[in-house]
Amino acid sequence: MHQEVILAMLAKEPSHGYQLRARLREALGPLGEALNAGHVYVTLTRLEKAGLLAADDTDRSDRSDRSDRKVYALTPAGQQRVAEWIAEVSWPKPDLAQFHLKLITAAAAGLSDPLAILDAQRRELLRRLREAQRAAMAEPAHSDAALLLEGIVLRLQADLRWLEACEKNWTLRRNRS
Amino acid sequence: MNDTTDDIADESTDDAAGTPVLRVRGLRKQYGAGEGMVRAVDGVDLDIGAAETVAVMGPSGCGKSTLLHLLGGLERPSGGQVWLQGRRIDGIGEKALARMRRTDIGFVFQSFHLMEELTAVENVELPALLAGRSPRAARERAAQLLEQVGLAERAHFLPSALSGGQRQRVALARALSNEPPLVLADEPTGNLDSAATVEVLRLFESLHRRGQTLLIVTHDARIAATADRLISMRDGAFVDETRLGGGSTGRLGALVGLED
Repeated sequence: MHQEVILAMLAKEPSHGYQLRARLREALGPLGEALNAGHVYVTLTRLEKAGLLAADDTDRSDRSDRSDRKVYALTPAGQQRVAEWIAEVSWPKPDLAQFHLKLITAAAAGLSDPLAILDAQRRELLRRLREAQRAAMAEPAHSDAALLLEGIVLRLQADLRWLEACEKNWTLRRNRS
Repeated sequence: MNDTTDDIADESTDDAAGTPVLRVRGLRKQYGAGEGMVRAVDGVDLDIGAAETVAVMGPSGCGKSTLLHLLGGLERPSGGQVWLQGRRIDGIGEKALARMRRTDIGFVFQSFHLMEELTAVENVELPALLAGRSPRAARERAAQLLEQVGLAERAHFLPSALSGGQRQRVALARALSNEPPLVLADEPTGNLDSAATVEVLRLFESLHRRGQTLLIVTHDARIAATADRLISMRDGAFVDETRLGGGSTGRLGALVGLED
């Protein structure tokens, strides 16, 4: 989880850590289960040290947990960082070259049948697809989490289509040799 | 064959209870002769247990549609044996074959194959009428099935007035008309957009939960991923098999950068 996500969640209003966690859980649905509970607090502390947010722990109303007593707010530097992050155009890069080269080197050295490698990879992706699809169908339609899960399903489908293209190509090579 | 079975199998895949719904041994289909001979299906063995969903995936031309046609009695095999609920069906007479296609197997096709001049409910009741049920019983069953697929209010629509997803749901209801022990589906989502695909996926999942035995041939990963068991086919033969059911990997978060 990027620090900037936590920072940007404070752009709406100053919040307690537990409020941020609740909002994350809602946005991520079943994917949020992978998040370590302490992660949000570790990140908040780090951001506070960096001067991007300020903590106010004068509110002693109801929570007894020390870290949960604090209300976090963006500093001007934090606001600046959030604005930059929103404007950034970045996208995660899937590492296709690594798999591509695995097939080529395995075939060249006779280490393994590329088609067997492809089969194993497809099995793994289909298991993930099954899981993501089930999670998506269990979510209420149009929820934030359903939209994220749809993104996962679509990416896995794209990867599986590429494996299909690989399979076609490697089958042709085998038949030619 | 390479099987990386998870030990936690769905209870629905437990076929130890008895005869498989479908058993296939050494099934072959070839076209032409001599140098031009094509082995479309080349020695396939398969067992499908009651309430199991099996998907066969492979590139176009791998023989998966031919396989489905052989199993459904739409084409005759060149060799091998097929048992449906313990009864040999390869090589039975034309009349018996026609009866089997009507009552023992439900078909779902990529292009729906609905009768365009009949309404949804008339399409769905047709197999029951052909099997000799009374018009009243057939209509009742058809109405019930349309309800099941969420199209009760469209019962009197012609197929042309329905969306692709709705037509495929009608086709699925029709396939269930005679409560067949086995449903064979050939690219059931092949002509559907993403939203309609999800409608059909949900329906297959609910059929599966109700214990329907299903064989799906497809190259759509989404529908294949709903199966208990997945078989890969190349050049007319099964080359890989895996059980998809079982526990969650718990790694979904890693797919969206939520884990390191």
